[in-house]
Amino acid sequence: MTFDVDHVVPDRAAVLELQGIPPETGLPDHLEGLYAAALRLLTENAAPAAVLADVSKPRFGTIYQGEGNNEHRTPVADIFPAAERLALFAVTMGPQLERAVRACFDANDFAVGSMLDSVASASTDRAADLVQARFRAQLDRRGLLRSDTGILRYSPGYCGWHISGQRRLFEYLEPEQIGISLRDSYLMQPLKSISGVLIAGPRDIHDIADNYDCCESCDDHGCRERIQSLFAEQAADKTRQSE
Amino acid sequence: MMDILARISKSLIAGEEEKVGELTDAAITQGVPPKQILDEGLIAAMAVVGDRFKAHEIFLPDVLLAAKAMYAGMDRLRPLLVTQDLPTRGTVVLGSVQGDLHDIGKNLVGIMLKGAGFEVIDLGNDVAPEKFLEAVEQHRVQVIGMSALLTTTMPVMKTVVEMVKEKGLTGRVKVIVGGAPVDADFARRIDADAYGFDAANAVEKVKSLTGVS
Repeated sequence: MTFDVDHVVPDRAAVLELQGIPPETGLPDHLEGLYAAALRLLTENAAPAAVLADVSKPRFGTIYQGEGNNEHRTPVADIFPAAERLALFAVTMGPQLERAVRACFDANDFAVGSMLDSVASASTDRAADLVQARFRAQLDRRGLLRSDTGILRYSPGYCGWHISGQRRLFEYLEPEQIGISLRDSYLMQPLKSISGVLIAGPRDIHDIADNYDCCESCDDHGCRERIQSLFAEQAADKTRQSE
Repeated sequence: MMDILARISKSLIAGEEEKVGELTDAAITQGVPPKQILDEGLIAAMAVVGDRFKAHEIFLPDVLLAAKAMYAGMDRLRPLLVTQDLPTRGTVVLGSVQGDLHDIGKNLVGIMLKGAGFEVIDLGNDVAPEKFLEAVEQHRVQVIGMSALLTTTMPVMKTVVEMVKEKGLTGRVKVIVGGAPVDADFARRIDADAYGFDAANAVEKVKSLTGVS
């Protein structure tokens, strides 16, 4: 599947955060100009594409084991057995965007290059959000979506899922069809790509404590925000229903 | 003379690339020694930019705009500095380690090191361990700087540190590491000399390693 670039334009706050700028900061004109230039380059160079494929729990269990390098106890290993549906996905912004970032640095346009890199990262996340929304819509069409269904995505390289897990994920999903390749170091090319599993099930299954071994070395704890947003979504649904 | 150097500094801090170029030309025409323009105009201003960044008074894009302005001044000075064979503050070889193609962080370190007056040999990304050592042999390198964004590529950093030891370069050539999955503890474990948690911090550490005030 492909996306219109307009649909993957990232939130301004997400870009500014990657630039180390507090989102509430009012940008002076010269930084507004950089931001606008980066968005223009995104539009000219991004070619967002994705693959999405259902996967059974037993098959995902094998994929998740990967090369046997995962940590002993991991969130995904605890979550996915309680899931109702799983899908593997990969999304990329295409190779041209990466070349555009490099071209900026080669031309000493460091500030634009850095801003474009942040825009590209945030838009890759946005594209992954769209894939997640597409998965949700598919479940809805098939009558598999319940009022308490929550979907979150998890990727190799995070939360104790060793990055070498990419190998089996790639074997199953074949994201080469949208131009993503895997290097020996398990790095995806183009760099602005995300792969992983979408786990759909009762929201509660995602509500994990952050006391796994992998949580100790995590300086991000972004999972907290994602879990919170899942339950905020539930609260919003309830409000809509009561109205 | 002081006036034009102050104007160069002011324009550089404001990220005014064209103005820095024009004022550098004017300073050269006025007979200001190139090294003085470099030290008191460009490098001094970049130091102010670095301090303001550390104090959270300005943001990364401001630093990078200032760096671009500095390059405009450097482009004017470089032919004159080469003629006079003036020493730099030190030479640093940089690279993202083998298997890793992420280079934005490494590029930022390089840009800021140049801004601080260092000579930077950027080997790019996916750099094999022996390439770092080859660069050390070819140039008078004081510091090897390595970046990794993947846990799977971090072991390459250890390999390079071991190769530095095997070649008997320990002490003469310092090693600094950085990148998202790297931390001070990892740097200690592999016997690296320093860990830079961001580009500005990496420059501070390199200054410390090379004895530059």
